[in-house]
Amino acid sequence: MKSIKLASASVLGLAAASFASTAQAEDLTLCWAAWDPANALVELSKEFEEQSGHTMSFEFIPWPNFADRMLNELNSGGKLCDLLIGDSQWIGGGAENGHYVKLNDFFDAEGISMSDFADATVYAYSTWPKGTPNYYALPAMGDANGWFYRKDWFARDDIRAAFKEATGRELAEPTSQKELLEIAQFFQGREIDGKTVYGASIFTERGSEGITMGVTSALYPWGFKYENTPGSYDMDGAVNSPEAVEALEFYKEFYETATPPGYTNSYMGESLDAFKSGQVAMAMNWFAFFPGLYADPNTGGEKIDFFVNPPQNQAGSTLGGQGISVVAYSDKQDAALEYIKWFADPEVQAKWWDLGGYSAHNSVLNDPGFKDSAPFAGDFLEAMGSVQDFWQEPAYAELLIAMQKRLHDYVVADQGTAQEALDLLVEDWTEVFEDEGKL
Amino acid sequence: MSDTPATRAAAATPPRVARKIKGLSDRAIAWIFVGPTIFLLLAINIFPLIWTINLSFTNFKANRIGREVKNVGLRNYERILTDSDIWLNMQATAHFLFWTIFFQVLIGFTLAYLINKKFKGNDLWTTIIVLPMMLSPAVVGNFWKFLYQPQIGLFNYVVGFLTGRDPSSFEMLGSVELAPWSIVIVDTWMWTPFVMLICLAGLRSIPDYIYEAAEVDRASKLRQFFTITIPMVLPFLMLAILFRGIENFKMFDLVVQLTGGGPGSTTELTSINLKREAFEKWRTGYASAYAIILFVTVFGLASIYVKALNKVKER
Repeated sequence: MKSIKLASASVLGLAAASFASTAQAEDLTLCWAAWDPANALVELSKEFEEQSGHTMSFEFIPWPNFADRMLNELNSGGKLCDLLIGDSQWIGGGAENGHYVKLNDFFDAEGISMSDFADATVYAYSTWPKGTPNYYALPAMGDANGWFYRKDWFARDDIRAAFKEATGRELAEPTSQKELLEIAQFFQGREIDGKTVYGASIFTERGSEGITMGVTSALYPWGFKYENTPGSYDMDGAVNSPEAVEALEFYKEFYETATPPGYTNSYMGESLDAFKSGQVAMAMNWFAFFPGLYADPNTGGEKIDFFVNPPQNQAGSTLGGQGISVVAYSDKQDAALEYIKWFADPEVQAKWWDLGGYSAHNSVLNDPGFKDSAPFAGDFLEAMGSVQDFWQEPAYAELLIAMQKRLHDYVVADQGTAQEALDLLVEDWTEVFEDEGKL
Repeated sequence: MSDTPATRAAAATPPRVARKIKGLSDRAIAWIFVGPTIFLLLAINIFPLIWTINLSFTNFKANRIGREVKNVGLRNYERILTDSDIWLNMQATAHFLFWTIFFQVLIGFTLAYLINKKFKGNDLWTTIIVLPMMLSPAVVGNFWKFLYQPQIGLFNYVVGFLTGRDPSSFEMLGSVELAPWSIVIVDTWMWTPFVMLICLAGLRSIPDYIYEAAEVDRASKLRQFFTITIPMVLPFLMLAILFRGIENFKMFDLVVQLTGGGPGSTTELTSINLKREAFEKWRTGYASAYAIILFVTVFGLASIYVKALNKVKER
């Protein structure tokens, strides 16, 4: 009888223990885009699994479908994602539509300070309304649009001599947008090692955000502004300013005279392909890809170098990157917040950078050894000092689609003038803000 | 009482069968069988249509559930009908529809005419020709995207070889002039076999004795073609046009894969534009009005067409 009681107690104890552990341990799903940093995050998250007892699942969506898929998920109140690393533009909609959990109380309770993260990233990835201390995300992945080039080609004596003869300058990393174009035009159609190569691959994609991210990389250095007065939605004279027109004309000239044939709808993937296949001397892309590019056995290592988006009238880079948010529809918010707390730890942030993620934590960025920790680290810091982002309004998708259309119509389809394209863009955006009741 | 088929059938039918089954009338049994279908039709087709009409007069956005929904009257309709960009999309759709149907009917009928001749390997050729329409439009789009690639694409290489032009000197998908044609080519490649099959069915339905009678009357082959073949295949051809017209009016996947609506908005068909409005911009009310306008257009055109088709069949 005693042994039966003991066995029963043991069974009950085991059952209770297993119930307790299943009640606490959650299977969290983190949603993000499918790219190199996401793979690094999988590696990093193993440590969280060991520490917390939670398990991590990942839902990575290819970039061209990322916004569609994730925004549909949020808009339908889906429970697929407990944690979402969403684009900076989504923060307004995420906050106003109640998709993201507001994190202020959690940050206060856990002693997580936003001043520990780079100001530009906190402003861009976390706050809504912009610049207010209302946080809906923790900066997860700092990013900006930058450039890389064939260092081995730039170092060749024959090419250097030809460049000097053609331009009167030494072939080196460009210090302005116009120098950038000059170098790209020099390489356009040039024969190197028996193969015809081209100047640079730039973003021209129509479907999602590609051409907007590419063109703004020219617009910002020319001094482009979305509004005459921040917060006023007064765009006429800012969006279509003479500087903006000049920058847009510059981008069109770049597209027409210094890119490979057929690059009419190219974004991240096409840019990487063009560079890795040895087609182009230079390419624009997000810093997030730079660790992978440097590690590439064919065109990486000694053959590649990096530079920040060159200035023109001022320094300016297009902001990429994302913050990590807790999805309001998740049933596992406590566990998801645990992940955020773990991720905010300076030691984890340091490992994040080591694995190929771009930490926005000041302890990583301000480390004296940071600039030398990777060939692109210094450029990343410089870029993040002058980043600008697209509208982060709840209606950002309408604003973005309008810009995609107007830019592609002018740059790729060769319709109208730059002035007309930007004037029409102001009209489109005005209509959107009128519908939103902001004008 | 005359012994007609109807009276014979009536006599053979056991009287009041339904009432023998638990006292249910014929009418009640009919409703039991038809009712679920009618309910499903109402739930899946009619209710959404009425709801869409209702939404089309509002500023509702499906991604902004908490936002106040206002009745905006006919504003959505007015904006759509006065938007020059939408008219350009309509033009692009009309261009795509006209030329795809034109080429598919022309080539499809020609192929059917040739295949209908009895020759060795007839069935094998039919199978080969029919293969493209069995592929997924998304796969076909990606496949042709590579073929159209200016630097490595086979299409450009072949055109370059035949014309002596540099293959990388023209861009089928990137040129405003060529992009609409690049889509017409792919759609024609993919769906001509469908038209061919319908025409083949039509050709094979013509009894041989009609041609034999024409031969006896010494009618020329050309005369036989225009007075026998064409009129008898015409209802089939018109059916093929109806099917292809409806399909191509809502064409989406193939074009998205090939051009994404570009360059600029050159190949942005109404279906792509509508999807952008509804599920990218989330202007649900506006998109509902857009959908209603397209529905009325297609319904109107299809009704006129079906009337014409019935007249042809009655001849």
